[in-house]
Amino acid sequence: MRPLVAIRQVSKRFGEFQALKQVSLDVFEGEVVCLIGQSGSGKTTLLRCVNQLTSADSGGIWLDGELLGFREQDGRLHRLSEREIARQRLACGMVFQRFNLFPHMTALENVIEGPVQVQRRAVAEAKDEAMALLRRVGLADKAGSYPSQLSGGQQQRVAIARALAMKPKLVLFDEPTSALDPELVGEVLGVMRELATSGMTMLVVTHELGFAREVADRVVYMDQGVIVESGPAGEVLRAPREARTKAFLAAEVG
Amino acid sequence: MSRSETLADGFPDLSGHKIAREAYWGRWLTAAIIVVILLAIGRAFARGQIEWVFVERFITAPVILRGIVNTMIMAAAAMALGIALGVVVAIMRLSPNPVLRSVAGGYTWLFRGTPLILQLLLWFNLALVFPTIGIPGLWSARAVDVMTPFLAALLGLGINQGAYTSEVMRAGLLSVDIGQYEAAQAIGMNRLQALRRIILPQAMRVVIPPLGNEFIGLVKATSLASVIQYPEVLHSAENIYYANSRVIELLIVAGLWYLLVVSILTPLQMLLERRFARGIARGR
Repeated sequence: MRPLVAIRQVSKRFGEFQALKQVSLDVFEGEVVCLIGQSGSGKTTLLRCVNQLTSADSGGIWLDGELLGFREQDGRLHRLSEREIARQRLACGMVFQRFNLFPHMTALENVIEGPVQVQRRAVAEAKDEAMALLRRVGLADKAGSYPSQLSGGQQQRVAIARALAMKPKLVLFDEPTSALDPELVGEVLGVMRELATSGMTMLVVTHELGFAREVADRVVYMDQGVIVESGPAGEVLRAPREARTKAFLAAEVG
Repeated sequence: MSRSETLADGFPDLSGHKIAREAYWGRWLTAAIIVVILLAIGRAFARGQIEWVFVERFITAPVILRGIVNTMIMAAAAMALGIALGVVVAIMRLSPNPVLRSVAGGYTWLFRGTPLILQLLLWFNLALVFPTIGIPGLWSARAVDVMTPFLAALLGLGINQGAYTSEVMRAGLLSVDIGQYEAAQAIGMNRLQALRRIILPQAMRVVIPPLGNEFIGLVKATSLASVIQYPEVLHSAENIYYANSRVIELLIVAGLWYLLVVSILTPLQMLLERRFARGIARGR
């Protein structure tokens, strides 16, 4: 079976800092993969490479069989135009650590912005779908509220609805609960759990090991720019093989 | 004087006390001094060599009214040109394309680095450099016919304003969080869509106060166009005092009109600010 996302030998360097070293990873359709590891381990960089917010120095990422960011011709890679990259980005939704809702738009306007402005869908139809999505994340009554009038947890749920409105093939989550007050984490994880159950393909950078244990099909532990260990959630989190994974888990559980 | 009751633990009971009003003697004193100074200045002007009847007579003279209308038309048109140029140049300056960046930098350098009055004179005298202008084979005209005082003033003021406005706009664009660009990209927007829909509306909130400042400056800078015969209000006032020698009276007339126009602009700016503050909660 062909993976939905195929990451092959991806490296990335920020100045002196080697963020990713020859990382390869597959994500299959319908799978929930959690990336765990300390800050600076490269997990967020890897996630951002999939959405081309960061471009890899070498290696390749294929989404649904299509090489991202480049066109291969005569043994060379040619960078795609901005328009092409924008089109490729439509395949994955992204949920940010700091929500990044558009503050000058209401919750509903945030959700319909992509469908109407980018996908050129009819406003009435986009609104109906957006309302259905807001209902799904439990915020139908907040459709007319501006982000500044919502709690962090509510903002992140609107952000998830905004990502889903583009009908992506997969959704990327970059530490979606790290900026939240502890009592608001549960409502966001609840929405993500429901999304996983519905069969959405998800690649999640997270510190929530409980969520990973419960929801992830596969857990990937990264350290210093490489994948140290990867496997079914139960195995990696309960009985890690690598010493580094053991040390990380011991420290996280406390 | 009533004694404070004492609470059980020995502290006085202050719950029924009112907070006394402060007297602010210093404020009363400074206000009085300022009133005296203003009265003295007013008296000096009333007794000075000013014939106030001329101010009254000319403040609504048709030539002056036409002049102030021309001033407002020029200020509005030059500001529109300045904002259009400013937005484009600010976007060019933040572009990843080094050619666009240098062009934008050069434009700002040239038009901010030379005096406005010199630029106005250059535009007005363009015919000395290019006797005929046009597109070869399609259209051409004598530069003296094309470069009217209106056009010369519009180009001079607008292009100069664009150089300043571009820096204001650039500050506004930089004030928007990088996460907003990324969120816009993540829903498939290209650079221009992200700028138009997401970044500029948020930048506007930041740039309106300095833009209001720029516009007020421009209203007054239109007076420089009097040197190239554009019939704005100062030019009209000058024409009248060349004839009747009531110099101070007519300068006061022009000054009052500038003050009035600028006073009207302040509430307009507040309306605009409110429009672009949508969704922004402000603690008070």
